[in-house]
Amino acid sequence: MSTLFYCIKQGLVNMKRNLLFSIASIATVSACIFLFCMFYSIITNVQGVVHTAETTVGITVFFDEGADEAVKDAVRDAVLERGGVKDMIYTSAEEAWNDFKEDYFGADAAELSEAFADDNPLADSDSYEVFLEDIEDQESMASFIAGLPGVRQVNYANTVVSVLKSLNRVISVLSVVIIGVLVAVSVFLISNTISVAAAFRKRENEIMRLIGATDFMIRAPFVVEGFIIGLFGAVIPLIAVYYIYARIMAYFTDWISGLGTGFELMGLIPLAELFPRLMLCGLCFGIGMGVIVSFFTIRKHLKV
Amino acid sequence: MILLEDVSKTYQTGVRAVRELNLRIDDGEFVFITGKSGSGKSTLFKLLTRELLPTEGDIMVNDFDLGSMKRRQIPRFRRSIGVVFQDFRLLNDRNVYENVAFAQRVIGASALEIRQNVPRMLKLTGLSHKYKNMPYELSGGEQQRVAIARALVNQPRIILADEPTGNLDEANTAEIMGLLEDINRMGTTVIVITHSLGIVEAMQKRVISMERGRIISDSGQRTEKRQLSIGPVRTASHRARSRRRPEA
Repeated sequence: MSTLFYCIKQGLVNMKRNLLFSIASIATVSACIFLFCMFYSIITNVQGVVHTAETTVGITVFFDEGADEAVKDAVRDAVLERGGVKDMIYTSAEEAWNDFKEDYFGADAAELSEAFADDNPLADSDSYEVFLEDIEDQESMASFIAGLPGVRQVNYANTVVSVLKSLNRVISVLSVVIIGVLVAVSVFLISNTISVAAAFRKRENEIMRLIGATDFMIRAPFVVEGFIIGLFGAVIPLIAVYYIYARIMAYFTDWISGLGTGFELMGLIPLAELFPRLMLCGLCFGIGMGVIVSFFTIRKHLKV
Repeated sequence: MILLEDVSKTYQTGVRAVRELNLRIDDGEFVFITGKSGSGKSTLFKLLTRELLPTEGDIMVNDFDLGSMKRRQIPRFRRSIGVVFQDFRLLNDRNVYENVAFAQRVIGASALEIRQNVPRMLKLTGLSHKYKNMPYELSGGEQQRVAIARALVNQPRIILADEPTGNLDEANTAEIMGLLEDINRMGTTVIVITHSLGIVEAMQKRVISMERGRIISDSGQRTEKRQLSIGPVRTASHRARSRRRPEA
């Protein structure tokens, strides 16, 4: 126990002696973890939106003009026979027209009904909405349906999803590059900090070796120093990310509710769900980097 | 016991620092190793502390075979020897007590052991009253006594001292040599590396002389003790005895 406390105390002494380097190392690790958390939050949210879009927006199938019930039933049976369908909802032309009027004219819908009398501008817009069990199947199902006789048009969320997916890819690549550069800078700075600490302690380490201290005992204060750098380097950005995300979340929720219905899928992932993941990644990343870099740096400096 | 058999050390630069050394030092001996600069004394010191490995030959120290010893055994071996240097090598940011306790802490001694052993060593070396002082507040002789206390606190079987009086005046030299003699009397083997012939002659102990990496003479063990030419040997314990029993 006294050995453990001694090592922790010496690690803190190292940091105090070497305060500027230690602060620089903590700042770089913090920047690295902060960016990691921000990118991770963005990517996870975009993926969430993509997933919601894919699962809630089905494939809409429109029929040829004048297609009779037999054709529509044949399309339904072919789709169900192919398999992988979670749900299939039929919307008649009348329902489509009523929904349109409600969505776009609201209170003026009655007036509009009078103007059109018995004419339905969406007369040939009866459709099937197909929801799939596996969203990966969307593209092939859409092609399959498009090839069926009596099908005029197939709409699905391909454009939105592919835009979001491309955006996600760009953000992922960008984040990997930026975080990679920051990791390299962090490794360099931590290594430099430990090297300076080792230079400060050269005499002490030499005496320790000759007195019979084990490698563990000689290295421990430096590894403790790396641990503390990593810990602070993780905790500071995690606190910042917690508050920033909470504020963005509050702002975003207000904004979405102001947009009305239909935009629910754009909601952010709740902080309670996202933060434990960020905390785990941030702490493992910060502490792991601090300990590993200090361990290997000090190994280079100490010869028995 | 220390045993060297046909030990040679050639550095990577090609310099052959010691050549075919054969040496036996029994437990409880007090031995001087002397020689001019470049005679191989320091290389021998480093071979005995396992800072260097011999190019040829075998070295046995305290039942450890230094040549074939595994890396993880080195700390255990080094705990069986205590080292003292000319420049004391104290930690200037810690007081006397902490400097001695340091040797115990780095081998993982418990707080209780440290509380028991450190004051005992400070008493032995006559530094009990200076335990709070920083090294730079002490004289050279006192600093060397701290270094000796640190070397002794882990109860080594051998004390290896490399020019322990090199930075000291005559009075302090006499004190340090007296202290080392006291330690030897308690059963610890003491090996002193020095180029000062005055000390060697005054102490009347076994003397091994080196020149160009070879042992050129070994006086064997002597028991007779002469008066020191550099002054009387007065250790801390001598002084304490003198204070307790003032002569009438």
